[in-house]
Amino acid sequence: MRHIISLLMENEAGALSRVAGLFSARGYNIESLTVAPTEDPSLSRMTLVTRGSESVIEQITKQLNKLVDVVKLADISDGTHIERELMMVKVQATTNDQREECKRIIDIFQGRIIDVTDKSYVMELTGDGDKLDAFIKTIDQSSILEVVRSGATGIARGSKSLRV
Amino acid sequence: MKLSGADILVQFMEDEGVEFIFGYPGGAALHIYDAIFRQEKVRHILVRHEQGAIHAADGYARATGKPGVALVTSGPGATNAVTGIATAFMDSIPMVIITAQVPTAFIGSDAFQEVDSVGITRPCVKHNFLVKDVNDLAMTMKKAFYIATTGRPGPVVVDVPKNITDPGHKIPYTYPESVSMRSYQPIVKGLPGQIEKAVELIASAKRPMIYSGGGVVLSEASIEFTEFVQKLGFPVTNTLMGLGAYPATDKQFIGMLGMHGTYEANLGMHECDVLIAVGARFDDRVTGEVKEFCPHARIIHIDIDPASISKNVRVDVPIVGDIKQVMTDLNQGLRASKKQPDKKALEKWWKQIDTWREKDCLRYDRNSALIKPQFVVEKLYEVTGGDAFVTSDVGQHQMFAAQFYKFDKPRRWINSGGLGTMGFGLPAALGVQLAYPDAPVACITGEASIQMCIQELSTAKQHDLPVKIICLNNRYMGMVRQWQEFFYESRYSHSYVDALPDFVKLAESYGHVGMRIEKPEDVESALKEAFAMKDKLVFMDFVTDQTENVYPMIVAGKGHHEMQERELA
Ligand SMILES: Cc1cc2nc3c(=O)[nH]c(=O)nc-3n(C[C@H](O)[C@H](O)[C@H](O)COP(=O)(O)OP(=O)(O)OC[C@H]3O[C@@H](n4cnc5c(N)ncnc54)[C@H](O)[C@@H]3O)c2cc1C
Ligand SMILES: Cc1ncc(C[n+]2csc(CCOP(=O)(O)OP(=O)(O)O)c2C)c(N)n1
Ligand SMILES: [Mg+2]
Repeated sequence: MRHIISLLMENEAGALSRVAGLFSARGYNIESLTVAPTEDPSLSRMTLVTRGSESVIEQITKQLNKLVDVVKLADISDGTHIERELMMVKVQATTNDQREECKRIIDIFQGRIIDVTDKSYVMELTGDGDKLDAFIKTIDQSSILEVVRSGATGIARGSKSLRV
Repeated sequence: MKLSGADILVQFMEDEGVEFIFGYPGGAALHIYDAIFRQEKVRHILVRHEQGAIHAADGYARATGKPGVALVTSGPGATNAVTGIATAFMDSIPMVIITAQVPTAFIGSDAFQEVDSVGITRPCVKHNFLVKDVNDLAMTMKKAFYIATTGRPGPVVVDVPKNITDPGHKIPYTYPESVSMRSYQPIVKGLPGQIEKAVELIASAKRPMIYSGGGVVLSEASIEFTEFVQKLGFPVTNTLMGLGAYPATDKQFIGMLGMHGTYEANLGMHECDVLIAVGARFDDRVTGEVKEFCPHARIIHIDIDPASISKNVRVDVPIVGDIKQVMTDLNQGLRASKKQPDKKALEKWWKQIDTWREKDCLRYDRNSALIKPQFVVEKLYEVTGGDAFVTSDVGQHQMFAAQFYKFDKPRRWINSGGLGTMGFGLPAALGVQLAYPDAPVACITGEASIQMCIQELSTAKQHDLPVKIICLNNRYMGMVRQWQEFFYESRYSHSYVDALPDFVKLAESYGHVGMRIEKPEDVESALKEAFAMKDKLVFMDFVTDQTENVYPMIVAGKGHHEMQERELA
């Protein structure tokens, strides 16, 4: 099963490597990991996407909780939640046909074109992983110059919140 | 009071109640060593190798329950310390290790004697710190001691760059009396609902078993635990790390369990219907094949570390909390409970256990013309009145010590269980002897293990530490040889310990007493003679039977009911 785990941790040097080290040392897999400071600069929020059986996920959350730098943790995929990932795609856009096609598809997916040159477009799209995958499949493969994805972040729906 | 970083470190140690720092100097640590020189409160014990420093501090911690403290220099000092740190980590021993570091401005430049100590030790510490500002030093040290000694204990490394200890830079110092961390709050009290469930399950037991481990020792909960066991009248087995937490000479104690555990303990595990696991972590040496583990039992597990629970074996009633507290609550719960365990069923269960006991699974050939290692341990037990501190190295001798020295008190049996570090025994014994200068301290070792930290004989001389070394010399890495005999058709690949030194002369050259004992009839008198030399380290080289194996044994992939036993004529 795929799980999204959100962590609040002390914004200290080395905190990230403790998490990454834990996953490699114990052989857990990380699908993606994102981290940035929060509105409280002493705290970072990390989102981890991982897969494993229920017992492996249980161990992962316990081991993460055990790290001295981790303040709080929630497996947000336990409840209803919103998951978002940002993707930017640079494509070749030289001919009029190519440019029209890009605009059409990015509109359908409710993304935006955020950079334009005479040879290329950069398109921006947010959504869950499936949506981003679908977008990549839909566009002309040979026109893709570069793809960058942020990895998933997420938040629980409703009044549940992860805070200190 | 204005102090330099170096003086703050040492003053802090004094304020924190540290008696001993085990260490070894070097460039990055020189400011700290100068501060140590200028005071008299905290005693520095100079070792001969940094691994020895960590093991000695570890031995001190295991024997006293207080945190062990060590100090090493940067680079090779830190890397030499790693084996010791990992040893303490695996057995959850409270320690604070200061590694000196190159000055902050040089970090990352491949400077002389620079290693990433925080990075290297990260996977084998409870936590570690790099001090970047001398103003943080005292609080960081306070946190280090707090983290090391609370919750599930463990080693904490504090990496201190040389400029932080600069004698020219003085700042105000006051001892931080307390500390609180929002990200670290160990749980002490078990949830009342879980305690109730446990009480109910205990009352329903017909074939109960109590399996306890190092957690009872770490929690200083022997008294509460013993009360719990004796009120219930249930059989109790200890892990290698738990020995002594329950008196081994009591009739309810059925021996150690696991790979080299007793027949009665392992079969008891296999047949029990309710298992009460107390401060034990279901290690693979204990469970054997997990699929075969306690197939009929519902399991209660008490542990302070939530991550220990259901890690290797699924349990039915987890209780997260400190054993001392949980035992107190459980004892109270049991007293108040209307339902009590079925006395008749328990009687029947004990009958069954007693028939297993009759097998006398630890029996060995007592008529041998060669010295049997078991015999030496039995005699050691008699000569010391069962009241010595016994440290050990790793191998067959360690198992014989665990099986044959009957520990009645906690913190008397000091060995490396989780990492299984050869070389642990001697330096650990030095730490124990420093803590208890007048107590008998024995180090049971093998001729291979002792050579891994033999240099500490010099430390023992310098600091007058009269430990008694019991070397069970079988001229083999016996434990390795045993596996080769069983699983590799006796192809003894590189397990013969060739070119041994003359241990008697070796001991003498360090200024100690050496003895070689070759006949069974000399064992007892030699031990008596050695222990009578109260102010001398005595190295006793017992020439033992080379072919002896440790039994019973559960081989890999087998369950508790599939033990291999000794065949005797
Ligand atoms: C050659 C060799 C052979 C071995 N053979 C055997 C064998 O036959 N049998 C055997 O048992 N072992 C054997 N071992 C040792 C084995 O490897 C493990 O070290 C040992 O079994 C672990 O013991 P434990 O479960 O008591 O855990 P420990 O490592 O002592 O862990 C203690 C547990 O208690 C918890 N705890 C700590 N403090 C508290 C507290 N205050 N309150 C509550 N809980 C707390 C911790 O979270 C942890 O889960 C062998 C080792 C070697 C080197
Ligand atoms: C540092 C280290 N290296 C290797 C091992 C693997 N090992 C376990 S027991 C053992 C042999 C120990 O021999 P000895 O000290 O003579 O004890 P004996 O088994 O003969 O009693 C070895 C090599 C270990 N535990 N630790
Ligand atoms: Mg040997």
